[in-house]
Amino acid sequence: MTINPELPIQFSRTHRLQWEEVQQKNVILYPEGMVELNESSAEILKLCDGTRNIAQIISDLEKKFSTSGLTNDITAFLKVALQNGWINQN
Amino acid sequence: MAGLIKTKITPPRWLLAELTYACPLQCPYCSNPIDYSKYQTELDTEDWKRVLTQARKMGAVQLGFSGGEPLTRQDLTELVKHARDLGYYSNLITSGYGLTEEKIIQLKEAGLDHIQVSIQASSQELNDHIAGTASFEHKKQVAHLVKKHGYPMVLCVVIHRENIHQMPEILAMAEELGADYLELANTQYYGWAHANRDLLLPTQAQFEKAEAIAQAFKETVTGKMKIYYVVPDFYEDRPKACMNGWGTTFLTVAPDGVALPCHSARELPGLNCPNVKDFSIEEIWNESKAFNFFRGDDWMKEPCRSCDEKDKDFGGCHCQAYLLTGDMYNADPVCSKSPDHGVIQQAVDSAAKSALSANEKPLLFRNSKNSKLLS
Repeated sequence: MTINPELPIQFSRTHRLQWEEVQQKNVILYPEGMVELNESSAEILKLCDGTRNIAQIISDLEKKFSTSGLTNDITAFLKVALQNGWINQN
Repeated sequence: MAGLIKTKITPPRWLLAELTYACPLQCPYCSNPIDYSKYQTELDTEDWKRVLTQARKMGAVQLGFSGGEPLTRQDLTELVKHARDLGYYSNLITSGYGLTEEKIIQLKEAGLDHIQVSIQASSQELNDHIAGTASFEHKKQVAHLVKKHGYPMVLCVVIHRENIHQMPEILAMAEELGADYLELANTQYYGWAHANRDLLLPTQAQFEKAEAIAQAFKETVTGKMKIYYVVPDFYEDRPKACMNGWGTTFLTVAPDGVALPCHSARELPGLNCPNVKDFSIEEIWNESKAFNFFRGDDWMKEPCRSCDEKDKDFGGCHCQAYLLTGDMYNADPVCSKSPDHGVIQQAVDSAAKSALSANEKPLLFRNSKNSKLLS
């Protein structure tokens, strides 16, 4: 299971990404479970809206945080996200 | 004395709303208390809305609508809508009995996130026998409809001696029905399952064979289906970390409004579990004797007290310690360090003897008549 660089990435329709006020964290909710996200993971997932492919996500985040060299971290995280079913490319 | 030492209290994350004890099924391993027929009153819609609001404000985010059969509540859609407005992730935990396509659509529009459908076996004959109700074909239709309308679906099958040999067929059925998650829940022996243990507990060899089949299957469905495996703790060396620690994560509210640190805690003596009609969720969670009872480790006796694993399993399950040793402060006897560990082997031997007996007693089905007889 790997990310196809050509295709846009979207957040899973059977999961929910949500800000939790009490925890001061973004979380992913799914049947009977929850994953707490750190800030950078949440920023990546928010851009998985079905309009951007991986290169565009990387470029948008590097622009947003005025930095470079995020490719490896973002690619590694998206791979985990894909394996967990949080995102897809259908 | 338990409850006097102030342990750091974390907010609830999981609210299990047991809306009713009414159920059209009669599963002999039901986790409802044996004497459920004593508790006739049910919270009304406004009570439940208040409970949902208060628990959400404290941080609860996963919500299970359970029972009994939650579909028997006429206000289910209204409660689902309220839960969605508050930002809960709502799980409907249902037998599927009586669930129509119209209702599935209505609940989706109200904001229900997920439906867990239980099936008792992979064949009609056994399913309908265990459920005590002709329900197999309808359940399969419901599973298809749940997927058709875009819900993630958990298929839950409780595993015991009557159906454990069907493991290959159960796995094939889950795949055919398009389950996103398959919960293979080895029976936990509380409530009705405790009463029927001699008839339900498989042998270790049966467990190991079924587990190996499930494990091999799991690898063939990676990326398509996830498998939740509820371990058969009678064949484990260490107890389960019950409820992720008492009063740390889970809050159950029973149909009559009694708030419980775990859904079996009603069986424990002297807890005086508070009712949501008398106290707010915040008072119950933070201040009540019941929720503070086993927080931290001040309550522990040996061998737990000096055990280097006590922060991992918290001494195991208090309900199991109470049911099997008569003292809820004891270590869960599943633990091989427990001086009472022998009771587990006795239970296993007793079940094996029963399985070989020519005149095995019949299963005790979960219904109001049997509940009244046993109360």
